[in-house]
Amino acid sequence: MNQIIRVKELKTIFDERVVHDGLNLSVGEGEIYGLIGPSGCGKTTLLREMVMLQKFSGGSIDVLEKDLKNIASSDAQELRRQWGVLFQAGALFSSLSVEDNVALALREYTQLNERMIKEIVDFKINLVGLNPSDAFLFPSQISGGMKKKAGLARALCMDPKLLFLDEPTSGLDPISARDFDSLILKLRDMLGLTIVMVSHDLQSIYDTLDKVAIIDDKKIAYEGGLDGVSSSQSEFVQTFFKERI
Amino acid sequence: MNKSKLVISNLAEELFLSFSGEFTLYDLATCQEMIDNANISSKNVVIDLNNALSLDTAAAIFIDNLQDALSSKKIKVTIACDSQKINDVLALVAKYNNATPQTNQIKKTTFVEQTGILFYNYFIGFLSFMEFLGKVFATITQYFKNIKNIRFREIAFEINESAIKALGIIALTSFLIGVVIAYQSAFQLKIYGANIFIVDMLGISILRELAPLMTAVVIAGRSGSAFTAQIGAMKITQELDAMETMGFDPYVFLVIPRIVALMIAMPILIFVSDVMGVFGGMIVANVDLNITPELFLDRFGEVVAVKHLFIGLAKGPFFAFLIASIGIYRGLRVKDDTQSIGFNTTKSVVESIFAVIVCDAVFSIAFTNLGM
Repeated sequence: MNQIIRVKELKTIFDERVVHDGLNLSVGEGEIYGLIGPSGCGKTTLLREMVMLQKFSGGSIDVLEKDLKNIASSDAQELRRQWGVLFQAGALFSSLSVEDNVALALREYTQLNERMIKEIVDFKINLVGLNPSDAFLFPSQISGGMKKKAGLARALCMDPKLLFLDEPTSGLDPISARDFDSLILKLRDMLGLTIVMVSHDLQSIYDTLDKVAIIDDKKIAYEGGLDGVSSSQSEFVQTFFKERI
Repeated sequence: MNKSKLVISNLAEELFLSFSGEFTLYDLATCQEMIDNANISSKNVVIDLNNALSLDTAAAIFIDNLQDALSSKKIKVTIACDSQKINDVLALVAKYNNATPQTNQIKKTTFVEQTGILFYNYFIGFLSFMEFLGKVFATITQYFKNIKNIRFREIAFEINESAIKALGIIALTSFLIGVVIAYQSAFQLKIYGANIFIVDMLGISILRELAPLMTAVVIAGRSGSAFTAQIGAMKITQELDAMETMGFDPYVFLVIPRIVALMIAMPILIFVSDVMGVFGGMIVANVDLNITPELFLDRFGEVVAVKHLFIGLAKGPFFAFLIASIGIYRGLRVKDDTQSIGFNTTKSVVESIFAVIVCDAVFSIAFTNLGM
């Protein structure tokens, strides 16, 4: 299986606080890969490093066969078109309507005419389960769950190979959260996406993930399928998965 | 309510501290006082909770501490209690109360250290502003390479937002400044019978200094602060992160259009300010000094060289650059909390007005030395 993301001996230091020290992991093609760990263990930091929002202090991260440490700006730009990122609160552009949010990358990066763009946008909005009439609303007019869905539609608009999700189900009610899970599974099956997500939601972890990396004490405490998770000696694993193992 | 919940009684060798009723945190102060006054001399103390109906955690902590305090004085303490509920609370507190309270240790710093830290932070702030400017110039060189890159729509939008919509307020303030300056100088000039010189005075002071400065101050307060707040809010909602991951450089999309828009619009605003200021002065001259508008304009054309107008207008883009770049820089410095928007907005207005005045002083000296 092709490896989409490879992290080797990653080191992250904020001022004097060491967040990651010698962290290794790899994400294969078509996997739904979860980053799990106690609060403050650096899951979101790791995700931000993978999408080039944050610099790391040592080691290397390869995404789609590009080394992020010494990446040329044109390569970085190319890479950014091949992934989609969903932020925790959606991070929709508040000055644009949902429709324009989704269409933005298409308008900037392609020569498509407006009719074609409109069709693509409508399809994506439908795909994530928003009503067509929601397309004209502005981010301030929609609920948190809808923002996440719109954010997902925006992340999907360039048909990325790789999708990063930062706590996709946090802040959603249980029903919407399960809907979101099945949506993620559906997307992976239909579009062949590789998905990397940070999650705290145990139900969603069991429903969606193929592989997990548990970050504890600056390193990966466990990496692999969910059925082997009980073999890990990490205190976090023992408490977090208590009911399941 | 005032009935004491603690009864202290001496029985044989033992001292009884009997608590009754619902013993809660509201009773602690009185109980503490009673115990302090009791002057315990007995070697055996029984804390009797049999009559207590319930105990909240604060009261349990109180009892736990009391027990520790007495034990340390070599006094034997026994707790008499039947209620399972109360024992549970006591056990809970005993479990979590053992840790010695951690005090937040703030390192004491001397005056010299504080000064050092202050100036070091200023220095770091200055460096990061230089970094920002460097990035702006680097982006501009990329940006203007190809005419297709220039985001005319955003620039036009920003010109409308921060300049066209500010026309009214700038016209009004300039008009009033013209009126005030003319009125005050008319009073002085009348004494010497030098009425007609009001034209020279107004013309030069308004065109050369006042109009550019007033415009800059209004724009700093209006648009500079808006830039900071807009970009700061976008940073908090992660919109800037989202842009970056989508490959839209915030410098190209947000920073350059705002700076360019303000640099284009500022001279226009200064011109409006010139016109309104002189107009205000002309009205006062007419009313107060009996100088008719015809005479005023005649004299204006004669004595006020056109260079003064151009010098005033030429300052515009420089002021605009300072205001816009400081406003945006402050916006980008906003951290992940709402307080920091307010802090940075204030800073942005103060710093940009200060920068404008320093810049104006430099221009003033430079132009005068150049013989203009």
